[in-house]
Amino acid sequence: MLSVSKDKINSLFEAIAKDKTLYLPVDNSSGKANFEKWQKGTKLSEALKTVRSAKDFFFPKTEKMVGYKVEAGNITVEDPRKELDDFVVFGVRACDAKAFDIFDKVYLEMTPTDSYYKNRRDHAIVITLACSEPVKNCFCSSYGLDAANPAGDVSAWLAGGDYYFNANTDKGKKFLDSVKGALKEKDAAAVDAEKKAIKAKIEKLPFAHLDLEKFKNVPMMTLFNSDVWAKLSESCLGCGTCTYVCPSCMCFDVRDYDTGHGIEQSRTWDSCMYSDFTQMAAANPRLTQKERFRQRFMHKLVYYPMAHEKLFMCVGCGRCLDSCPIHMNIVKVIKAFNEADLGGK
Amino acid sequence: MQELTSELIKIAKEKLASGAVQQVIGWRRGLFDEDVTPSTFKDAADLEKNFVFNKYCKANLSKYLVKITRAIETAKTTTRTNNAMAKQRDPNAAEAPIPNEKVLAFLKPGDTHSFCQLLKENRITRDDVYVVAVPCSCEMDESVKEGEGCDHCRNKKHVVYDEVVGKAREEAVADPSRFDGVEKIAAMSADERHEFWKNEFSRCIRCNACRDVCPACTCEKCVFDNNNLYTSQKVAQVPFEESLYHIIRAWHVAGRCTDCGECSRVCPEHIPLHLLNRKFVKDIDEIYGPYIAGSDMETKPPMLTWTAGDAEPSVVYERSPEEEGGE
Repeated sequence: MLSVSKDKINSLFEAIAKDKTLYLPVDNSSGKANFEKWQKGTKLSEALKTVRSAKDFFFPKTEKMVGYKVEAGNITVEDPRKELDDFVVFGVRACDAKAFDIFDKVYLEMTPTDSYYKNRRDHAIVITLACSEPVKNCFCSSYGLDAANPAGDVSAWLAGGDYYFNANTDKGKKFLDSVKGALKEKDAAAVDAEKKAIKAKIEKLPFAHLDLEKFKNVPMMTLFNSDVWAKLSESCLGCGTCTYVCPSCMCFDVRDYDTGHGIEQSRTWDSCMYSDFTQMAAANPRLTQKERFRQRFMHKLVYYPMAHEKLFMCVGCGRCLDSCPIHMNIVKVIKAFNEADLGGK
Repeated sequence: MQELTSELIKIAKEKLASGAVQQVIGWRRGLFDEDVTPSTFKDAADLEKNFVFNKYCKANLSKYLVKITRAIETAKTTTRTNNAMAKQRDPNAAEAPIPNEKVLAFLKPGDTHSFCQLLKENRITRDDVYVVAVPCSCEMDESVKEGEGCDHCRNKKHVVYDEVVGKAREEAVADPSRFDGVEKIAAMSADERHEFWKNEFSRCIRCNACRDVCPACTCEKCVFDNNNLYTSQKVAQVPFEESLYHIIRAWHVAGRCTDCGECSRVCPEHIPLHLLNRKFVKDIDEIYGPYIAGSDMETKPPMLTWTAGDAEPSVVYERSPEEEGGE
């Protein structure tokens, strides 16, 4: 397997950055990590998770869709899709990589295809990194994910002081060929040992096997009408933290902005938790926070799986467990329903 | 910690059983020790099983009382209106009894300041709340040294309560390190300061958690809820909107911010937002004399009153170092 020692990883980054933009997790002034552009001197973060997920690369928080410029009586239309170059994202975890599949089902596989999203997907090479130290908030295994074998164009492992790389796609193979100079062939025994170790660690996590049966079998309206929602949502602040740190939340709003010499149309992240979400002529049809809260979890655990081959719209990254100001999260929702008596069939 | 939890549960159960209160607001046990959720309790079994009070109970409960006491007051008004209407139809109609509900709230020293400030702004009905003063969660936290308040209480005293568990903090203790963070930023040059905040705000995702948790932010409709302006709740379209949001928020809570630190606690991107508010607290102290929002019901808020001795607007220019300001 191709590898590079941990202390020489920067030589690989340098080789990648020669002709492509490279993004990787970097610690910032708050002591937490986020994906940032690699430059000479940038240090890869050791953090397990970035505060924001890797969805930013395909679904940025603000994305310019079209620009209209008015100059001397003429209007020119700008297409920002043309400005994107190939880029590489290093250090994506298994959960975030799985979230790309969830996005793909909506933005690529349904018609019409989202050409902005597709453009970004086409230009990206995703290098995933296995989770050597999963933490107690992680529950990707509940959704059948394997953090020891993350997907992506290239999978990477940190084992015994070396990074190992394996290509999963043609794009990944081509990419590894292009940076071969910075890598060495090495026996992969350490990777197998690391995979075993990761699996053993995951088995010991408190939410390694959450019971999701009720969300597969109980009728939608029984779940929808359950009185469990009122208690769960009672202290929800209605902020958008959970939706914005979530790797699989994909709602947006389209807005125009008058720049003074033209118009920019952008899409920006939007959140079902907000009172001005899906604003219609009268109001937001979800009048109180209970309905907004219910929408988020019904979408993730019921509506999306109904529409997309029983795939849950949650990857178990645990970011909502870390970030919610009142510590309400999807694990608590799942557990509350498992404990609740939902009545007969 | 365990003992204190049991004591609070005992008080809550007694008050519920006697009918003195109909609900209790406190903290609900989570999956671990640290993920407690603000929550209401209405029966003894729920309290026994799920109520908790530990060092992670940092959430300020006062803001929830705005909604809760309003529901209590609305129930009263509705019944009165219904009675009056029934009387119009039939002068001999029986009057429905006016509901007289009460909520028990466990408030830490910092929470009582927010509570008092909300009382002052007529956002909470005092008679609807039975306040039980509890120690600050930081007193159970080994990492906070004794006598050194945490970022939430800053050694504040209990200002409003009906009953107290243990010993109430009757005197605020001066906290000399409180403005260290503000002074550090004030010592920067204007460019450095701009860079500092630009870097911090660059991480803002406009989740609005700082606003939604803030006990001073209780507007029925926030200026940032306006879809017709470039300032709806959604993610900012241009980076300036993020700065605008934080600056306006800081100005709007100036003189009303009790420095409870919730904004910084909830920020998922760990932006030190409390420093903005604390800068205003410090400036008000210096320009208008010492003032702690929510510390009593009587003192007039300096930003809402005018006295002959007030600083002239030119003080802003005078306070700016020569090379930076005044233009």
